[in-house]
Amino acid sequence: MKLKKLLEKWNNITNSLNILNSQLIMKRRINKAVKILAIIFLIFFLWWLIYSLNFWPGWLFPSPQTVIKTLFKGFLNGTYIWGILISMRRIFIGFGISLLFGTALGFLVAKIKLLRQTIDPLILGLQTLPSICWLPLALLWFGLNEKAIIFVVVMGTILSITISVKGAVTSIQPSLINAGKILGARGVNLYRYIILPAILPSYITGVKQGWSFAWRSLMSGEMLFITAGLGQLLMFGRELNDMAQVMAVMMVIVIIGVIFDQFIFGNIESRLNYKWGLLK
Amino acid sequence: MKLQIRNISKKYYNPSGHIEALSSINLEAVQGEFICLVGPSGCGKSTLLNLIAGLEKPTSGNIVIDGKFGFMFQEPTLFPWLKVKDNMAFGLKIAKKDKKEIKETVDYFLKLVHLKPFKEAYPHELSGGMKQRVALARTLVLEPDILLMDEPFAALDAQTREILYNELQEIWQLTKKTIIFVTHNVREAVCLGDRVLVFTARPGKIKKEFKITFPRPRELGDLEVIKVSNEIKMELKDEIEKVIREMEQYNK
Repeated sequence: MKLKKLLEKWNNITNSLNILNSQLIMKRRINKAVKILAIIFLIFFLWWLIYSLNFWPGWLFPSPQTVIKTLFKGFLNGTYIWGILISMRRIFIGFGISLLFGTALGFLVAKIKLLRQTIDPLILGLQTLPSICWLPLALLWFGLNEKAIIFVVVMGTILSITISVKGAVTSIQPSLINAGKILGARGVNLYRYIILPAILPSYITGVKQGWSFAWRSLMSGEMLFITAGLGQLLMFGRELNDMAQVMAVMMVIVIIGVIFDQFIFGNIESRLNYKWGLLK
Repeated sequence: MKLQIRNISKKYYNPSGHIEALSSINLEAVQGEFICLVGPSGCGKSTLLNLIAGLEKPTSGNIVIDGKFGFMFQEPTLFPWLKVKDNMAFGLKIAKKDKKEIKETVDYFLKLVHLKPFKEAYPHELSGGMKQRVALARTLVLEPDILLMDEPFAALDAQTREILYNELQEIWQLTKKTIIFVTHNVREAVCLGDRVLVFTARPGKIKKEFKITFPRPRELGDLEVIKVSNEIKMELKDEIEKVIREMEQYNK
């Protein structure tokens, strides 16, 4: 019921944004899609060409047909679907936690001078640490379980979100804040009606980046960690010397990455930029 | 409505000492009066507006305001995430006015600034003049008694500005607001104001006051406007030269 309402609201938002230039956007999209399909086709063709030249044995460099066959088989017998579901569950939990706490921390660092002077450099430093470096610590703290891998995802994501929120809040035009204050928005209202909407475009960009950090952290975590999930399917392929399996899973990972990056976050981002007039 | 400024001074402190921006300013506005402040750049005219609006605190002296004020900046500072009508409704929404009332008020002022066809547009779809009109309307919907305007037309092209002079005079005559209008454009000040106050170079003091009494609506090209403007410009010339001399010294 609630979901239905939410969906309705979402549709309303997207519709109202779409009225403007919807035909033009449609045309551009089709144009873009055709080009992308052509490139994918070309890549597969080159792949097949190299395969047919027989430089490497088939079990090291499988043909595109074998990989696609493995892909279908994986989906039909459910292994890939389970792998995707398990990985998705982890990333949603880890990314959700990061979003919540990363955003809150970002606001705190932006608004409190003491934190800006003390924690800020630390945050930048820790962000340079590849997330997988947290795995040994996570294993000792949480043991070989879900918590450890979610911890790795959170550590890989949270600070990037904090940094982007902090950047967005500190770079709001002071004139917008002044205008808001003059028009009566103070205290909580200032946050709700001015600061939050004002940071939205850079926030979405930060969230998108955070997502890709989370996705990378999860995959590297899953590969080193003996448990189900896409990363583990990849390692499984390696252990069985099944190159087709390795490539098929890599394809799945890429496709999921593209779906979230381009279609979900990318879409929100470009709609927002369009509304603000930031789109070139 | 009451606005009294008594003996205001403002100093800014920085590591190399302090800068006196304003020094013993006295000003009183009568209901419905249009007061223009002109002066060389850096003389503290905008600081005075910020002090009246409470965005900054005076170093000494006090300001008595009885009544609501609205503020218009040099930049339109519209909220880019809101449509024109929602930008205008912003203050009313914060004040938790009822929806029907908000809609009626917004519609009334949309008509007043001739932007009815653009009420569903986003700010980036408007021209500079239109944006400034929305900013004016956004301030007016809150029905302020005093309107503070900080060089609101400075960033616009000459033609748009002239149109807006007329519109502003019309709106002012219709709504009978008290307006404090800061500008560095002398002719603009004479064209719009009942009184023009000339500021000295820093620290800003009121050097001279000109009462402008010719009938409205006035245009920039009116002979009287030009005549009085020239008088004021003569007054200002000394001050601007002072600023230039000071800058030259600073460069040495």
